[in-house]
Amino acid sequence: MLTSPFVRKPTSVQQVMFTVLVALLPAIALYVWQFGPGIVVNILIATVSAVGAEAAILKLRKKPVGLYVSDLSAVVTAWLIALTFPTILPAWILILATVLSIVAVKQLYGGLGQNPFNPAMAAYCLMIVAYPSAMSQWPAAGWMDLSTHLQLIGGASFDAVTGATPLDALRTGLRSGAAVDSILGNGAFGALGGRGWEWIGLGYLAGGLFLIQRRVITWHLPTAFLVGLIVVSGLFWMANPTHYASPMFHLASGGTLLAAFFIVTDPVSGATTPRGKLIFAASIALITYLIRNFGAYPDGIAFAVLLMNLCVPLIDMKTQPRVFGHKGE
Amino acid sequence: MIAGLFRFKGGIKPETHKNASAGSPIQIAPLPKQLIVPLRQSPRATAECIVVPGQKVLKGERIGLPDSPLSTAVHAPTSGTVVEITPHAMAHASGLQTRCVVIEPDGDERWIDRPTLDYASASPKEALAWLRDHGIVGLGGATFPSHIKAGVDGGIETLILNGAECEPWITCDDRLMRERADGIVAGALILKHLTGAREIVFGVEDNKPQAIEALRTAIHGLSGDITVIPVPSLYPAGGEKQLIRVLTGVEIPHGKLGGDFGVQCFNVGTAYAVNRAINHGEPLVSRVMTVTGNVEKPGNFEVLIGTPVEALLALGQPKPDTGRILMGGPMMGFELPRLDVPATKATNCLIATSPTLFPPPPPEMNCIRCGACAAACPAELQPFELYWFSRARNFGKAQEYHLFDCIECGCCSYVCPSHIRLVDYYRFAKGEIWAREREKSAADAARERFEFRNERQAREKREKAEKLAAKAAATKAKLAASSADAPAAAAASSDAPAGPDDAKRALIAAALERAKAQKAAIEPKNTDALTPDQAAQVAEADERRAAKAATDTAADAPESN
Repeated sequence: MLTSPFVRKPTSVQQVMFTVLVALLPAIALYVWQFGPGIVVNILIATVSAVGAEAAILKLRKKPVGLYVSDLSAVVTAWLIALTFPTILPAWILILATVLSIVAVKQLYGGLGQNPFNPAMAAYCLMIVAYPSAMSQWPAAGWMDLSTHLQLIGGASFDAVTGATPLDALRTGLRSGAAVDSILGNGAFGALGGRGWEWIGLGYLAGGLFLIQRRVITWHLPTAFLVGLIVVSGLFWMANPTHYASPMFHLASGGTLLAAFFIVTDPVSGATTPRGKLIFAASIALITYLIRNFGAYPDGIAFAVLLMNLCVPLIDMKTQPRVFGHKGE
Repeated sequence: MIAGLFRFKGGIKPETHKNASAGSPIQIAPLPKQLIVPLRQSPRATAECIVVPGQKVLKGERIGLPDSPLSTAVHAPTSGTVVEITPHAMAHASGLQTRCVVIEPDGDERWIDRPTLDYASASPKEALAWLRDHGIVGLGGATFPSHIKAGVDGGIETLILNGAECEPWITCDDRLMRERADGIVAGALILKHLTGAREIVFGVEDNKPQAIEALRTAIHGLSGDITVIPVPSLYPAGGEKQLIRVLTGVEIPHGKLGGDFGVQCFNVGTAYAVNRAINHGEPLVSRVMTVTGNVEKPGNFEVLIGTPVEALLALGQPKPDTGRILMGGPMMGFELPRLDVPATKATNCLIATSPTLFPPPPPEMNCIRCGACAAACPAELQPFELYWFSRARNFGKAQEYHLFDCIECGCCSYVCPSHIRLVDYYRFAKGEIWAREREKSAADAARERFEFRNERQAREKREKAEKLAAKAAATKAKLAASSADAPAAAAASSDAPAGPDDAKRALIAAALERAKAQKAAIEPKNTDALTPDQAAQVAEADERRAAKAATDTAADAPESN
């Protein structure tokens, strides 16, 4: 015997995850256009490893494999890992990272919905700590053909093709005493941020707006994250424009837009109340900026996300919204 | 006059399916073979039966008397014979039984006398009693007695007539408003008079333009503040608190009633029933119900209370693949475990389901905390948090997160992408909490009984001691008074004070005396059963002893004779 309600909206986790994948497509297309087809190869590798790892561990946990694998959540994690990792790092690191994120970060905590940490970001942090040099080798701007890419991810030497990411170049330049303007004048930079990367960022922005329109995410998290980053970088920039890059540079560089719409918005490991979401995302922006400028790693989003994941229970608890009829209390 | 509409947060827009039956005018349902009228009206009230099997009753004759303030009278829905008074399954998901009066109609539909009430000149008390005795209860689903709601003592500013009918499929109120708007408005005016409200506001979802039009025509030319407001079609706009919020901006918290905030809300069907009772003298013996879903002829029927569901369902002609039957709407209704149960005053709709119209629920997945439920919750709760707490049996925390503000409207379950039956978890948690409270109050009662017993025993002991002390004190005082003469005489020669010692001594002496006398009286003597010789011997000896004693002081020889 069933109880009410007897009707439900035609929606599913699978559909939500599928929408996220669709929203990633514009950025992936731009990635291919700017850097060559290598990213697609990486996405495929990550997807196969993630789905394989998910199926294996679900079987070990005696859970219905088909039901959970088909929810596509592992595929979303795989794509995010492929997109946040350097494209030319050895494939085995990518596979290791994906398997770890599915097995250790997600399933060992109880599977979908139970993980306290963002799986993609946890994998990123694990790898950057374990393989710092491989994780900081990014391809120079420009098209790379498939065979070169395959050789590189097969373990060939990097030197010929790598270039500094914009954030790396800025950091190295600043450490050597150069001013922001002169550093940004060199070939790695485009009109807004890193050459090539700024286009991909626009792709994420488009995908993100699509997710808001489809009500998969709310405006709170991306807005708080981006506004937070603009405010904190703007303050430093206004205080000393020769030493600190502009807010626009920070928006267009690194994983800022990817994080704003696809990482910070992970519902499982993030804050859930309206006010909590604002606090959560703005804090990630602040920590990201501090790590970018004063920390040892070029981009701090991954660490910032994990740190704030830890604070989620507290944030949620302290920001419970007022309930209908109890507004005055 | 209302300046603008307010919004309540959340809500959903499910497929309404109202077109299936909205076009079909109200038909009078045929008399069933038997009417099964439950005496139980709500969990709060059961009427006291005043008929006996074999008795002839007329349509509208009272067969049950209100037994408590929250109870109303019960009437025979048609003329006929009372066949039996027996426990019968009621229209409830549990299928539990309740006491019902079974009436076999004679087919004549003969009414009792139907005096009307001039409510304008009647006292409020009289009018409210009239409503109670005519069995008027809220027809929106909760069947709350209308004389209680209408009897709030002043302070009502706005009278809201709820014609929102936000549940999918249901069209009975829609048809009633379209066809009998004048009666509804007349009832609203009576309720306005009783509550002392300043204005009347009809709230009708804007997907019922014909109903709105009919009501507007009905109020045309009426003096006083009376308006028909179309409200946005957004489930659950017809929830009392949601409708009050939309129309007045007032939010009524859990545990409070509209009356506390100057707003009183009645269903349009209730207003119509009030009109029939006061202006036509008819008790509430029928109501409009929708029969829809997987049926050939969906429609709206005026049905006698007590009509078996199977007879009612047959009017719509269910299709062959019909499965479960729902009573009420698909959002908050319930599945009927059996079809021989009677329709009640709360029954607004019967829905025949089929696997295509109501597909079986997909398997439940894990909660991904996406917050879709929170966005849909009209009570502005965080449903997923309540789900986690209920699942973990962390009921204290669930209550802290306002579990009891949940109105079980089902919006959260409706939108959940993981297909979690969230409301079931809240029902479970509420049930557990209630069970614990009952256990606790039972334990409290036991503890109180125990403590009371201890206290009573202590009190009895204390009282006994006090009584003894008082008695002793009284004796003491008496002795002191009686011995006052002797010491007074002695005082002449001696100046020794006639203190308590003397009294005590006297007391002891007197007690000893008494004891001696008692002993002598009780002690059996060996002289009780003697032969005549022995008796003579004893008498001789006694005589001798007496002669000898005569020489001594004969002070203490009580037995000597």
